[in-house]
Amino acid sequence: MDNVKELLVILIGSSLVSNVVLSQFLGLCPFLGVSRKIKTAAGMGTAVIFVITLASAVAGVIYRFVLQRFGLEYLQTIVFILVIAALVQFVEMFLRKCMYSLYESLGVYLPLITTNCAVLGVALTNVQKEYGILTGILNGFATAAGFTVAIVILAGLREKMEYNDIPQAFRGMPAVLLTAGLMAIAFCGFSGLL
Amino acid sequence: MSEKLLQKDRPAERLYNGLVRENPTFVLMLGMCPTLAVTTSAVNGLGMGLTTTAVLMLSNLMISCLRRVIPERVRIPAFIVIIASFVTMVELLLEAYIPSLDKSLGMYIPLIVVNCIILGRAESYAYSHPPVASFFDGLGMGLGFAFALTCIGAVREVLGAGSLFGCELFPESFTPISIFGLAPGAFFVLAGLTALQNVLRGRGRGEKASSDAPSLPEGCVQSCEACGIAGCPGHGTFYDVDGKKQTTGRGGTEDEELTIIELGEEDK
Repeated sequence: MDNVKELLVILIGSSLVSNVVLSQFLGLCPFLGVSRKIKTAAGMGTAVIFVITLASAVAGVIYRFVLQRFGLEYLQTIVFILVIAALVQFVEMFLRKCMYSLYESLGVYLPLITTNCAVLGVALTNVQKEYGILTGILNGFATAAGFTVAIVILAGLREKMEYNDIPQAFRGMPAVLLTAGLMAIAFCGFSGLL
Repeated sequence: MSEKLLQKDRPAERLYNGLVRENPTFVLMLGMCPTLAVTTSAVNGLGMGLTTTAVLMLSNLMISCLRRVIPERVRIPAFIVIIASFVTMVELLLEAYIPSLDKSLGMYIPLIVVNCIILGRAESYAYSHPPVASFFDGLGMGLGFAFALTCIGAVREVLGAGSLFGCELFPESFTPISIFGLAPGAFFVLAGLTALQNVLRGRGRGEKASSDAPSLPEGCVQSCEACGIAGCPGHGTFYDVDGKKQTTGRGGTEDEELTIIELGEEDK
């Protein structure tokens, strides 16, 4: 029972309370860049969930069975970034060969994810918090789900805002940043959940 | 500044380019994650900026030296390995010599690897330019980044904690607006600074009407994105109702024009 409770805390904590974008500021580039329309935002979100869950699994296994065993923990940054880059390439090739429809819908977003710092961020957090492999995968999934929720909400707000009368200086990026700030305040409200 | 000093690819020109003309934060909007995450105080902003500068200079220099050795097809993985090695070195050095900074920056030091500024400069400058120019390009870009981070950090520290570089600025009766020290404040400060910069750039251009400035169609008070008047000739050829050739309309890309058509159909 204690285990279930702990997992639930990780799930809610990583997705809502300390949301990856709005309170840890990871993955801001796609958050601001690919949030013009709900449809593209949802596509990006799906791709991120897929890659982060997979990457936290692979990074967890490598850290546990290679780096820790040979005492090479200081190489974690280099190893993780290479693993993630290779994984994204591999996933892209695999999807194109075997699951073409999924590849079609994720296609454009996959290469962009290599530079999404949320992926590396999750791998490093898992190490820092000493999560096991399974807990790490869950944490990765929850974080990515939080990213998806945030980016879809922002895209919805931006679609509504597009034809609003905004002061000249605040058009474009400043207005988006203000919206994100208001969302961050709203997400602060979730801290009462835990 | 004299023409000769600012000749292309001279060190001084590179520094000016990084600090002002292509400032990575305010102009190019790159590397947003550390920009917002670590700028809770001016010291943290400066520390992060200088750490990034060190990595950027060294990686630019290294990549530029190796630019004839690295095959074009595997250049991105090669860049990433070089950058990650320097980041690891800097991380270990900080841990050993400035542990307080290491503690306050925490996870964001290894995350310098995925800072788009570094990979961006490697790809767009260092891989095609000689080592000295690349080194100064990295220095300029890094200092521009450090400058921007220190600015944001200073604003947040003054508003959110009432101090600057750790010195108390206000009497005790002052209540700091603590939200500026928290996550939402980062977004608000950056929004404010970007808006300020929009105003300054707009004024600096004046009537020169530089090509990359968003030019308003003739007779309009606001740009087409914000203008709700249907059938406005400024929307380019799609809404050209009275048959006038409008070349001043927004030069939207194909994608943007498609959006307008879709929305127009929804209105009907």
